[in-house]
Amino acid sequence: MVTLRLEGVGASYGGREVLSGISTPVLEGGQVVALLGPNAAGKSTLFRRIFGLLRGPGEVRIEGATVPRPVAYMPQDNGARPVLTVYEAVLLARMQGRRLKVDPEDHAEVERVMGLLSIGHLRARNVGDLSGGQRQMVGAAQALVQNPQILLMDEPTSALDLSRQIGLLTLLRRLAREQGLLIVVAIHDLGHALRFADACLVIEGGRLAASGPTSEVITPEMLRRVFDVDARVEECSRGRLQLIVD
Amino acid sequence: MTDIGAAEGRDFYRLLVLRRQAILAALTVLLVLSFCADLALGPARYGLGQVVGALLSPGSVDDQLRVILWDIRMPVALTAVIVGASLSIAGLQMQTILNNPLASPFTLGISAGAGFGAALALAFGVALFPFAVDYVIPINAFLMAMLTSLAIYGLSLRRGVSSETIVLLGIALVFIFNALMSLIQFFASQQAVAAVVFWTMGSLTKATWPKVWISVAILAAAAPLLARRGWSLTSMRLGDAKAESMGVNLRTLRLEVLVIVSLLASVSVSFVGTIGFIGLVGPHVARMLLGEDQRFLLPGAALSGALILSLGSILSKIIIPGTVIPIGIVTSIVGIPFFLYLILSRRSQSW
Repeated sequence: MVTLRLEGVGASYGGREVLSGISTPVLEGGQVVALLGPNAAGKSTLFRRIFGLLRGPGEVRIEGATVPRPVAYMPQDNGARPVLTVYEAVLLARMQGRRLKVDPEDHAEVERVMGLLSIGHLRARNVGDLSGGQRQMVGAAQALVQNPQILLMDEPTSALDLSRQIGLLTLLRRLAREQGLLIVVAIHDLGHALRFADACLVIEGGRLAASGPTSEVITPEMLRRVFDVDARVEECSRGRLQLIVD
Repeated sequence: MTDIGAAEGRDFYRLLVLRRQAILAALTVLLVLSFCADLALGPARYGLGQVVGALLSPGSVDDQLRVILWDIRMPVALTAVIVGASLSIAGLQMQTILNNPLASPFTLGISAGAGFGAALALAFGVALFPFAVDYVIPINAFLMAMLTSLAIYGLSLRRGVSSETIVLLGIALVFIFNALMSLIQFFASQQAVAAVVFWTMGSLTKATWPKVWISVAILAAAAPLLARRGWSLTSMRLGDAKAESMGVNLRTLRLEVLVIVSLLASVSVSFVGTIGFIGLVGPHVARMLLGEDQRFLLPGAALSGALILSLGSILSKIIIPGTVIPIGIVTSIVGIPFFLYLILSRRSQSW
């Protein structure tokens, strides 16, 4: 089982410290972990630091990985408009660092992932012509097609409609359970976090404000302290936790 | 989530690849035809059959035909093809690594730098590298072009410098070099001014066999190095963050590619003068035809650049019979309306 653990991790951009002293418990494969925090808290920076795009103090410990590149990272959409079809864009993510020749198993993998995400019908469309939500689904496919054991996703649901948000998060949860993936997903909708995440990391001002099982982390006290919101967390009639903003 | 039709993905992709291979094949055929026509045309006109005969078995044709084709026209026609391919590839990869559709050897000031270096030699006999007397002009042009590329590269390393800034710097360099050229022309003799002006128009008539071999060698070395980076270069068009997330080391890749394309562009420009149009248009035409996948786009850009310049070479000979109009003028006057037509007539996005 793959595990991820941060020990005193920090990062800075051009001399300005953006993250410092982030230590987490051991995050295990098979879980969905929500990365929460206000805007500019350092969530994207933490992803870049874990993925190895930024250097800094502390250790990112990944253990139990059985593939050479265990981590995939889905950044936020940057609005690039390449003249590439969706199929090519997903294949491109798969082929990175490999030979120029595309093998049948590469195609099989691209087809499988596009099928999982229900974007097979978009295959001939240009990425640049897609809507924001469609592009986000392509981004998710590009991350999944790399067959990672740890998947870092930076706000993968921000442009999706409600049904697709739930569809994607349900899929991620299923992949975590079935394939032992560790999925860390930055998300703003705390209701979704309550519903889909096994554990949460909360970042505020570049520091870890809370971490642990979701029901212990998302509390009225944390919401007031970190998000400056008065809210309750209550069980609904079916016994699920939900967030009620007062 | 369910999806029907995902399994047809590879069929779709196979068709896409087939179409692109067909386009590359068509471009190759056109290029061969254009090359033969380029050889056939001139003060003495030959039929395509004679040209092909002289190409395939030089011993079987008479001396005059052989000398004209092999010694006089062949270096020019080959230079058109090789320089066209080189400039187009250089422009393509500048556009790729800077993620900017305006990038090309011309707009980044590399051509202008080369022009300035050549003007120094033509007007005042200044040799920046005073050991190869026969090649003072191209060597001056090459050194200034490389210096310009290095300046651009140096800037690109600085923190917080965006690719837009680099293109702006390139345009600033164009203006600086143009001003310096004007200054040189202001002080130079009338004869020298004429030489400088002619040089900056770009001309294939300076072609010689040694120059052809040098250009071929650089192109033959550069193309495989760039082709090897096909997937990484393609992914750069998805934006920096995306490319990085796919494991591309942007800094190393940019450095490697910039060095290679600087060499390609500098050598080409120093041999033929300023031909601004190819490095910008060649890659755009190829991208419209073939899309962004560098496994097809790279050869496509090379072929389209070579084809445009080869056709330009033909036109430069037949517009006014008996006169060879400098190729830089021809490609711009004829090519740019065609390019505008291509851009404006397209419904879907092309960059």
